[in-house]
Amino acid sequence: MSHWIILPVVLPAMLAPIIGFVMRYDIVLARIASTVGTALLLAISIVLLVMAMDGTTHIYRLGDWPAPFGIVLVLDRLSALMVLLTSLLAMMVLLHAMATGWDNRGRHFHALFQFQLMGICGAFLTGDIFNLFVFFEILLIASYGLMIHSGGRERMRAGLQYVVMNLAGSTLFLFALGTLYASTGTLNIADLAAKIPDIPADEAGLVRVAAMLLMIVFAVKAALFPVQFWLPATYANAPAPVAALFAIMTKVGAYAILRVHTVVFGPGVPGTDGMIDAWLFPAAIVTIALGAFGVLGAKRLMPLIGFSVVGSMGTLLVAVAAFSPVATTAALYYMVHSTFAAACLFLIADLVVSRRDGDSLTPRAPTVQNGLFAAIFFAAVIAMAGMPPLSGFLGKLLVLDALRDPDVIVWAWTAILVGSLLTIVGFARAGSALFWKSTSIDPSIPEGEAVAQPDVATPAQVAPVMLTLSALVVLSVFAGPVAGYLERTSEQLFDRAGYISAVLSPGEEG
Amino acid sequence: MELLVASAIGAMTAGGVYLLLRLRTFPVILGLALLSYAVNVFLFSSGRLAIDMSPILSKYGEASYTDPLPQALVLTAIVISFGMTAVLVMISLGAYLEADSDEIDIDQADLDEDAAK
Repeated sequence: MSHWIILPVVLPAMLAPIIGFVMRYDIVLARIASTVGTALLLAISIVLLVMAMDGTTHIYRLGDWPAPFGIVLVLDRLSALMVLLTSLLAMMVLLHAMATGWDNRGRHFHALFQFQLMGICGAFLTGDIFNLFVFFEILLIASYGLMIHSGGRERMRAGLQYVVMNLAGSTLFLFALGTLYASTGTLNIADLAAKIPDIPADEAGLVRVAAMLLMIVFAVKAALFPVQFWLPATYANAPAPVAALFAIMTKVGAYAILRVHTVVFGPGVPGTDGMIDAWLFPAAIVTIALGAFGVLGAKRLMPLIGFSVVGSMGTLLVAVAAFSPVATTAALYYMVHSTFAAACLFLIADLVVSRRDGDSLTPRAPTVQNGLFAAIFFAAVIAMAGMPPLSGFLGKLLVLDALRDPDVIVWAWTAILVGSLLTIVGFARAGSALFWKSTSIDPSIPEGEAVAQPDVATPAQVAPVMLTLSALVVLSVFAGPVAGYLERTSEQLFDRAGYISAVLSPGEEG
Repeated sequence: MELLVASAIGAMTAGGVYLLLRLRTFPVILGLALLSYAVNVFLFSSGRLAIDMSPILSKYGEASYTDPLPQALVLTAIVISFGMTAVLVMISLGAYLEADSDEIDIDQADLDEDAAK
C-alpha cells in the first residue's frame, strides 16, 4: 500500500493551519510556504500520474480497514489526471495572486487557498460517497472565505448568495445519501456499484430517487441548467484569481457525475438505465444556450466570462450525458482544455480591469500595454470559443465526433455550433469595445486634471497568464498522446468490474 | 412512531424550504437551520427506527442491535451544518454591515449602473 495517495490531502491540510496560525502577520513567509507547498503538490501529483499510468487501480485504506467497512482513497487514471490538473492550475493562480498583490488585500488568503486544494484533491481521490460529501464541504467552506476575500459591498452580497445556494445543495446531498444508505446499506462507491445492479427495476424506486438527487447536487456544482444561476454572479464578483481557481470547482461537479453516475448508476443497471442521460442531455443543451445568450447579452466583462464558463460546462456535460467511452474521452479532453481556457480569461481580465475603472464593456481611453493585453485576450477567446488552432477547437471537434448517434446529433450539433457562433460574436463585441474602440477616444487629459496612469504590468504579472496559454498550446500540440491517455482513462472508468474487484479485494495491494 | 418521525421531517423540510425562499437573510438562515435539522433526523432514521437497542454488537447472547453507521454519519452532518451555519451568520452580518440592507437579492440594474459610472 503506497502512502503517496494520501499526500495530496495531508500536505495542504498540514500546511494550511501552519500558514494560518504561525504566518498570519508575515505575508512574505506565507507566500514562500504556500508556493513551496503548491510546488510539492505538483510534484506529488506527477508521481501519482506516473503510478496510475500502468492502468492498475491503486487503493489506500484509511486505518487499514478493508473496504467497504473503512474509507478508501482510490487512485486510477481519472483521479490522477484531475489531481494533476488541480495542482497545475493552483500553481498558475497562486503566482498571479502573488504578483498582482491580491493575496495581500485581505487576511488568510494562503491558508484558505491550501484548504481549498485539500478539499478538491480529496474529492477527486475518495472512493466513498459520504467522504465525497465531507471533502465537498471542505472545499466549499474554503471557497466561501476566498470568494469574499478583500471584502466590498457587492462581493459580500454575491458571496452570501453563493453560500446560501451551496448550503441548500449540501442539505440535498445529505438527503440523497440517506436515501441511498436506506436502500442499499452501503456508501462505498465500489460496493454500491456491486449491489445496485442486483436490485430489480420495479423495486429500485428509492435508488432512482437517490440517483436523481445526487445528480441535482452535482449539477449545482457543475452549474447545469436549471441550477446554474449562481455562477455568473459569483464569478463576476469573486477576486479574479479566485474566479480562475473556481474554474476547477465546476469540474468537481462534472467529475462527480462521471464517477458516480458511470460506475454506480451506469449504463446497463436495471434500476436507473437510461434515466440519467434522459435528463442530463436536455439540461446540458439548455445550459449551452443560456451560456451563449449570456455571453451575447452581458454588459460587463466578468459576467461575460462567467457565462462563457456556463456554456463550456454545457458542452462538457452534453458529452458526459452520452455515457460511452468515446464521448467520455472527448469530455475529458474538453474538461482539461476548458479549465485552462477559463483560468486564462479570468487572469487576463484581471490585468485589464485593474487598469481601467470598472469592467463595463464601454470604450474608455486606452491604458498602458493595450496591444499586449488585446493579443492575450484574443488568444484566450480563440481557445474558449473553440476556434482553430488552439485546443478548444480540437475539444469541440472530439465532442461533435463522439455525438454521432442519430437521436442526439441534431440537438447536440446545433447547440454546440450555434452556441460557439454566439460566443464568438459576444466575445468579439467585448474585445472591440475594450481594446479597439478605445483607441479612437482622444486620450488627451483635460486641462487642470491630472490623471494617474496605471502601472505597467510587470513580467511577473504577465507570466501566469502566459503559463495558462502555453498549457493550452501544449494541449493542442500534444493532442495525440493526451487523447491516447484519456482514451485509456475512459476505458478504465467504464471497466466497472475491474474497479469493484480492485477496491473490494481483501489483498495487500489492490 | 414512523408516522411521527416522517411527519416531523416533512414539516421541518416544508418550513425550511418556505423560509429559504424569503427575501431577507434572517429567515433564510432559519430556513437552512430547519432544513439541516430535517436532514439530520432523516439520516438518523435511514438506519431503521429502533428503540432501546445499543449500536454495538454484543458477543454475550442474542441482544439485537441498531445500525451504528447512520449515527456516525449524523454526527458528522451535525458538526458540519453547525459550522456552516456559523459561517453563514458571519457572512450575512458582513454583507448587512457593508450594504446597509439585509436583502438577499442583488438588483442587476444597480450593478450595471455602478459599473457604467
